[in-house]
Amino acid sequence: MHHLEVNGLTATYDGKLLVLDDVNIQVGKGEIVSVIGPSGSGKSTLLRVIMGLLRPKSGEVKLDGDTVDYGNKKSVKALRDRFSIVFQQFNLFQNMDALRNVTIAPVKIRKRDARQVEEEAVELLGKVGLGDKLHAYPDELSGGQQQRVAIARALALKPEILLLDEVTSALDPELVNEVLDAIRILASDGMTMMIVSHEMGFVREISTEVIMMDEGKVIEVGSAAQIFDNPQTTRCQDFVGKILRH
Amino acid sequence: MYEGFLDIFDVFLEQAAEFYVWDNAVYLFRAMMTTLFMTIVGCGLGFVFGMILIYLRKTPGLIFLPVRLAMIFYVEIFRRVPFLVLLFLVMFTVKGFGLDYSLFTIACISIVIISTAFIGEIIRGGLDSVHQTQWDTAAAMNFSRLQTLRHVILPQAWKVVLPPAFAFFVMFIKDTALTSQVGILELTQAGKYYNNLGYSAILSFGTVLLLYFVLSYPMTRLGWWIEARLRDRRRDDDDELEIGVTPYELRRT
Repeated sequence: MHHLEVNGLTATYDGKLLVLDDVNIQVGKGEIVSVIGPSGSGKSTLLRVIMGLLRPKSGEVKLDGDTVDYGNKKSVKALRDRFSIVFQQFNLFQNMDALRNVTIAPVKIRKRDARQVEEEAVELLGKVGLGDKLHAYPDELSGGQQQRVAIARALALKPEILLLDEVTSALDPELVNEVLDAIRILASDGMTMMIVSHEMGFVREISTEVIMMDEGKVIEVGSAAQIFDNPQTTRCQDFVGKILRH
Repeated sequence: MYEGFLDIFDVFLEQAAEFYVWDNAVYLFRAMMTTLFMTIVGCGLGFVFGMILIYLRKTPGLIFLPVRLAMIFYVEIFRRVPFLVLLFLVMFTVKGFGLDYSLFTIACISIVIISTAFIGEIIRGGLDSVHQTQWDTAAAMNFSRLQTLRHVILPQAWKVVLPPAFAFFVMFIKDTALTSQVGILELTQAGKYYNNLGYSAILSFGTVLLLYFVLSYPMTRLGWWIEARLRDRRRDDDDELEIGVTPYELRRT
């Protein structure tokens, strides 16, 4: 049984535009599955649908064999207790400093002990290299720093699976590495992750499995080596060829 | 022309000594307080109902569509009706139902009806100024809609909401003059009263005008002060008022 299983997932925007078309994905515990593909191929939408931010039209998402009912608030809540997502645009709460961004959900939503959460948050922020920025507000932080706070915030919820949605795409090139380093640390800790990324070198280095998507469909699935060195489909060859030449 | 002006001035001086006495001061002060309280109660409740209105207007899903439409309908109607007409309508409806409400209550009800619509729109503008991604992020972390509003959206929306809300409040201080039409003893009515007693219009209405300024100006200043405070300091929550760059060790004690 897989940790996370996506079967025949289909989603539309406004009931018309098909953005996910019969997507099947399996993620095992401790695995790092990366989703690659051109812009508009449905990668980010896939993560949004899994998180319940967009209702799927059909298909199912299973967590440890249990199907998530996206029409049921309780079921979605239970799912969100086990997942964390980090967004492309960081989406830090602008009215809170870094520390508060990390502690608010565990304290106010999960009702955990504030002092303990704060200690953990300080440790997490230290881990992503922001031990000296605890009380800085989002607008006082660089993009890379904000994204690292966002990662710490996601981790403070102790997720079983971490979803990373193009977390380096909005960053200046020189800031990308600091965020990737933070993710590398998570990978070495054995965190299960689904990563949507355009950083091909990074995807290749870190992924246990790579999924190539285009026009809402999964085109090819395989190990990083297979997808990058020996892609089977023409579309994948085309995409990888263009990217690697780039 | 010049002579006429001098005459008026003479009358003014003559009457002024008689007008500015303790009893009249008390009378005017009470009228002023009626004006102020009417506005505070009307706009204060309007703020509360405006929040509720917008909360209902932002309910998700098809099931709440009638609620949303009703809220939109309310706002669109009551932002477009003259206050005086509404005031008469409320007064005669209340009387029609045989209810024995005071004129003050009737005025407050009318102000609430109008201010709910206006302040509701102001609050909506404030909430819309906060990016949708903040809602999504909070939802992904299992915040309920109310928790998202309280912890994330409203603290960011205040600085957009408060200046126009305060401007509306100050503007309504002046608009309550219309309630003199139904006989409420507020500032304008007091002016009429003194004018009818034979005091010159310059004296009676001039004084009233000055008192309106005395009421509104501090309110405007208060609005500026709150605005500046919101700009300088950021708060995320009611239980954490002091936010600055405080060392972690200090904050824990």
